[in-house]
Amino acid sequence: MTESETTASTTVPPVPQPADAAEPAGQRTAKMRAIDISVFYGEKKALNDVSIDIYDDLVTAFIGPSGCGKSTFLRCLNRMNDTIPSARVDGHIELDGEDINSARMDVVQLRARVGMVFQKPNPFPKSIYENVAYGPRIHGLAAGKSEMDAIVEKSLKRAGLWEEVKDRLQESGTALSGGQQQRLCIARAIAVDPEVILMDEPCSALDPIATAKIEELIHELRGRYAIAIVTHNMQQAARVSQRTAFFHLGEMVEYGKTSEIFTNPREQRTQDYITGRYG
Amino acid sequence: MEARVRHRNASEKRFRAAGFFAVSLSALFLALLLANMAWKGLGGFTRTEAELTINFPKSDLLIDPAALHGGQAQEVIGSADLDGAVSQAAAAQYGPDAAELFGAAGSRALGRALIKDPTLLQRSATLWLPVGSKADVAYKSEGDPRYDHLMAKIDAQDKVRLRFNSDFLTASDATDPSAVGIWGALKGTFLTIMVTMLLAFPIGVLSALYLEEFAPRNRWTDLIEVSINNLAAVPSIIFGLLGLAVFLNFMHLPRSAPLVGGLTLALMTMPVIVIAGRNAITSVPPSIRDAALGVGASKMQVVFHHVLPLALPGILTGTIIGMARALGETAPLLMIGMRAFIAAPPSGITDPSSVLPVQIFLWSDEVDRGFVEKTSAAIIVLLIFMLLMNGLAIYLRNRFEQRW
Amino acid sequence: MATSSGHTIKAFDEDLDRLRALINQMGGLAEHAIRESMRCLVERDLEGAEKIVENDKKLDALEMETERRVVQLIALRAPMAGDLRDVVAALKISSVVERIGDYAKNIAKRVPLLDKAHTIEPISLMPEMARIATEMVHDVLNAFVERDAEAALRVVERDRAVDDFYNSIFRALLTFMMENPSNIGQSTHLLFIAKNIERVGDHATNIAEMVYYASTGQHLADRPRGHDPLKPE
Repeated sequence: MTESETTASTTVPPVPQPADAAEPAGQRTAKMRAIDISVFYGEKKALNDVSIDIYDDLVTAFIGPSGCGKSTFLRCLNRMNDTIPSARVDGHIELDGEDINSARMDVVQLRARVGMVFQKPNPFPKSIYENVAYGPRIHGLAAGKSEMDAIVEKSLKRAGLWEEVKDRLQESGTALSGGQQQRLCIARAIAVDPEVILMDEPCSALDPIATAKIEELIHELRGRYAIAIVTHNMQQAARVSQRTAFFHLGEMVEYGKTSEIFTNPREQRTQDYITGRYG
Repeated sequence: MEARVRHRNASEKRFRAAGFFAVSLSALFLALLLANMAWKGLGGFTRTEAELTINFPKSDLLIDPAALHGGQAQEVIGSADLDGAVSQAAAAQYGPDAAELFGAAGSRALGRALIKDPTLLQRSATLWLPVGSKADVAYKSEGDPRYDHLMAKIDAQDKVRLRFNSDFLTASDATDPSAVGIWGALKGTFLTIMVTMLLAFPIGVLSALYLEEFAPRNRWTDLIEVSINNLAAVPSIIFGLLGLAVFLNFMHLPRSAPLVGGLTLALMTMPVIVIAGRNAITSVPPSIRDAALGVGASKMQVVFHHVLPLALPGILTGTIIGMARALGETAPLLMIGMRAFIAAPPSGITDPSSVLPVQIFLWSDEVDRGFVEKTSAAIIVLLIFMLLMNGLAIYLRNRFEQRW
Repeated sequence: MATSSGHTIKAFDEDLDRLRALINQMGGLAEHAIRESMRCLVERDLEGAEKIVENDKKLDALEMETERRVVQLIALRAPMAGDLRDVVAALKISSVVERIGDYAKNIAKRVPLLDKAHTIEPISLMPEMARIATEMVHDVLNAFVERDAEAALRVVERDRAVDDFYNSIFRALLTFMMENPSNIGQSTHLLFIAKNIERVGDHATNIAEMVYYASTGQHLADRPRGHDPLKPE
């Protein structure tokens, strides 16, 4: 039997890989590392020995039932717990290898590098322009008006708000709709050129369309900033993140790739919470 | 079910009626007060003037017209015997009863007329001069029977008229009620309030900011908070005693000066501002603070760029309340001696002066009936002054009002 | 991973239970069809064979119902993790069971064509083979309902017996055909019937793999197979 060479290529097309399968384990360096974090409010222990890594280019979601400590943990990352007198944070948090709780780290500078967006949109009662310009102004990021204008425009564009407000920058920020206000808060956080953006249930006060816009925005921002998001909504965590950490009663129960957590979690508690068997 | 609805509607109607009644009652009392004051006081804004013909060359006045041109005019007039000249002329024109017709006001008016036009001294002139207190009272209502008679007589000659009393607003205290004015007291009030505000407002606001935002929460700050709350309720006369002991006896500041009055009232007003300030600062929502902190603002920047502007309307409201209270205070200022008879308006905060409420108090104590209408008129002026200052403060508050 | 407790939303539990009941029902129908088709083959029951062909429609309808239920459940309940694997497994299993029913129908269709074949030896082996295959289907569907990964594994091992049966029937029929060329037609039908039963065993093994994945979240490693007739001995 003669062997005939077929003219068409007989190589099998490659199987498409899922988005987060391409990275070999251990080769990413963590942007922020939290090691054995415990938080006490007075005598009560709210967080117990939590260790998580936050990576650049990835969205990390924190899920869990109410009161499990996920917001508390998020607030440790930019030292917002410092503003609560009874709060005490034990453990070690690093940003690019530097300890953020050391005396050498200026907390004001830290908060410019690690920005935060809150649950209820809270624009300043100033104009839209001023809202975005305030941060750069106090950090001295713009030399003159034209530079500041450029920063404001860039931030609003990145937040997906520029087209809607470019003709009314002098209007009050509080006159916008809820979804627009939240995007304004995101623009405000972006304006100081942070490295990490923390989001504490950013969509819980918004309607589904505004929520979808913000989720799409998070997707676009992912390449530029490391993002950590706390959310009550598991479907949102599944849609938006690449890494998920499940918190329960002050402990971090499981942390891994989002695709694995939601299809095949290792811990029974995680499975129970995800499938709706909790409580 | 029906019965419940009816019962509910009925009680709501009763409540509304009670509220309406209460408001109407308050409005009624206010209207009565204002009407009473107006009735009594409007007279104080007018003065009776009578015509007088003086033959200057024939009188005993020895004034050199040339001397009235220079800067020495006031002194020259002051040293001349205008009273005598006026008295003489009046007696000549209207009879011996009329010798005392024109009082100090009349002489003063004559002096002013002469300064304005020194040529009068060279001829016989007919002037309208304000009459003395007794005649004034007699003309406006009823007084000394002699003067009633006299005024009726002059009135019959058509030589009497009522005019707006501009002197009331520009002159200072005097013994003769027809010559009194409130300008001195008004200026004193103004200066005192200035000192009060310049001291109480910054110290009060900064204290409120410090206590709310920066101070640690421990027993000491609790103690301070309780103390400030109590200070706001302390009777004002105690502040007067404090002022007397510290500012006058210990520090030997000039007695009866707006500086001392201002210091005393500042002590009294500061707790009110601190309390209102703390409430206003607490009511700024924490979300604004969090937002500012999240962007990387320092504590000072959060407080001064965000908290203070948003708390300003509330602070200004507290300031209005404190200022209104301070404007009307009499007792503490009496204690520190602002009760003397001051004939010239104060030129600075260290000159002796009086304030309007004290002036009113002193006048109301006087025996002379002419002071009755002056007192009421002064009260009207005080009310107007308060209204203006409150209006200014409310305007400022509305300017700074921002919605969050 | 076994489930610990019911869902907070009880209707979700009910939906999942109904889905399992559907699969159970389909399994019962398919098992009955195979047993019946064997009986009709041995006893030459032509009427019975016709009924089997008729009843296959019921199985098709149940498969469509299952598909509809699964799509609805995914849309409305957004199942996650173990629940999601279960639901996807139910969808796949329903189509496999429907296939098994089709094989039984295929056997029943050949019954009228085998009138003169009662002398053929190998036919006596087939009921036993079918019995094992039917038991495999029965056990693996139980394993699905119970979410028992171990039971599923045991089912996989029995496929070797079915494959061995098939190999001997294959050799016997081949010998028979070579000795009696006039019987080639009948023998070929029997060969196809034997192949169908062997496929039923394979499908039961597929179901076992699905059950294993649904329960544990891991895929079954390559399993050992019976002797492959295509390879040289």
